[in-house]
Amino acid sequence: MKDYKIYLRRILVVALVIFVCFLLQTSVFSRYILGGVTPNILLCVVSTYGFMKGRRYGILTGFSVGILLDIYSGAYFGMYALIYLYIGFLNGLFKKQFFGDDLRLPMILIGTSDFIYGIISYLTLYFIRGRYELGFYVTNIILPEVVYTLLVSIFVYYIILHINNWVENLEKKGSDRIGTY
Amino acid sequence: MRQRKAGGGIPSKYLLTIMSIICIMLLFISYSTGFSGGPLEVVANHIFIPMQKGIDYIGGSISISSADTKTKEELISENEDLQAQVQDLNSQITSLQLKLDELKELQDLYQLDQTYYDYETTGARIIGKGTSNWFNTFTIDKGTSDGIEVNMNVLADGGLVGIVTSVGKDYAVVRAIIDDTSNTSATISSTEDNCIVSGSLEQMTKNNLIDFSNLDDDDNAVAIGDTVVTSNISDKYLPGLLIGYVSSIQEDDNDLTKSGTITPVVDFKHLSDVLVILQVKESYKSEGL
Repeated sequence: MKDYKIYLRRILVVALVIFVCFLLQTSVFSRYILGGVTPNILLCVVSTYGFMKGRRYGILTGFSVGILLDIYSGAYFGMYALIYLYIGFLNGLFKKQFFGDDLRLPMILIGTSDFIYGIISYLTLYFIRGRYELGFYVTNIILPEVVYTLLVSIFVYYIILHINNWVENLEKKGSDRIGTY
Repeated sequence: MRQRKAGGGIPSKYLLTIMSIICIMLLFISYSTGFSGGPLEVVANHIFIPMQKGIDYIGGSISISSADTKTKEELISENEDLQAQVQDLNSQITSLQLKLDELKELQDLYQLDQTYYDYETTGARIIGKGTSNWFNTFTIDKGTSDGIEVNMNVLADGGLVGIVTSVGKDYAVVRAIIDDTSNTSATISSTEDNCIVSGSLEQMTKNNLIDFSNLDDDDNAVAIGDTVVTSNISDKYLPGLLIGYVSSIQEDDNDLTKSGTITPVVDFKHLSDVLVILQVKESYKSEGL
């Protein structure tokens, strides 16, 4: 019963984070375009949950975020789900190297994830349709997006970290209480 | 640790395989049946659309209040400019009115009662931009409850913006004509030659232009500045909607067709309100694809 409650709380917290970040990405940051691109906040979320909580968390968060994007993208349904799923999984592999306060690893991971996401998007959506100017797309779409995403992700990362610490404290308190009874 | 893992559910590699298979199945299903969310769309409709509408409303009022802070001098000079424009336009209207009457008489003679620009439209607000930097799609705040269907054309500033690609109860996703995957059958209105207008992310980022190709123009009659409208033979776009003006033109390598670029009439960077034409092209309906 207690387990069920903990799982429910975890799911609700992640869902709320995704909900807020989706609104930020599509409705708020689309008004603040820098260099022709908007930041990919949802990728930060997937990546952060991946290396903070491990592979399974990354896979499930990535899948939910991907499905959400698929509903609104109007392109192939399932495409984003597949990409974000693997990004969550790959970030989950770095859980053992992760320590909360050090900002270097999260930044490197989020930056690399966004770059990989950009390259995969290019290959699956553009290259197969005969758009071969990779250099153009890297310098005009992918790299600006990585830089902007990194800037925003500093805030997103710390907020998610604090939310996660809060949730884990609640869970610890809950288990302590069981111990004292 | 190992015990917790065993008790906590499926190991991650199996989870990864299962989820990947689900995704690939979804891809195949959507490719073969055009499935785009089903029940998930209903959830999205009730959770995200009201919030997006609210944020859009707040954002809109903030940008209005920043427009209020114009100085008096600016307003006076702007007023003078506008007054001059009004006089200019008034004289144009009188001359055009004469031409319009003449046109009406001639149309009556030819019994051309089909007027292209009399489509019934509904206004809608853009409440969310595309989900990635690779696509030019956006979400509007009206859906099936306002009579919007897939493949309805969307206008703004008197020009073609795009087409509705998926629709929920209170929202619709529109793909702009500048999107890289968009292809529109078009006509050069001066010569009635057909061509294909295709959006290009590269052209759009570099020069704010869209490409056209397959223009069959043997007499070299098409010139820079000619208007480009949607063609009669297009299967999804209603005829006679303005797309833009030819900005450059060159001969293709095969010496048969021409291609070039078009300046769109719509300012896609500052789009906030659009008009949706509440009519789907008949030929598309009757084909029943």
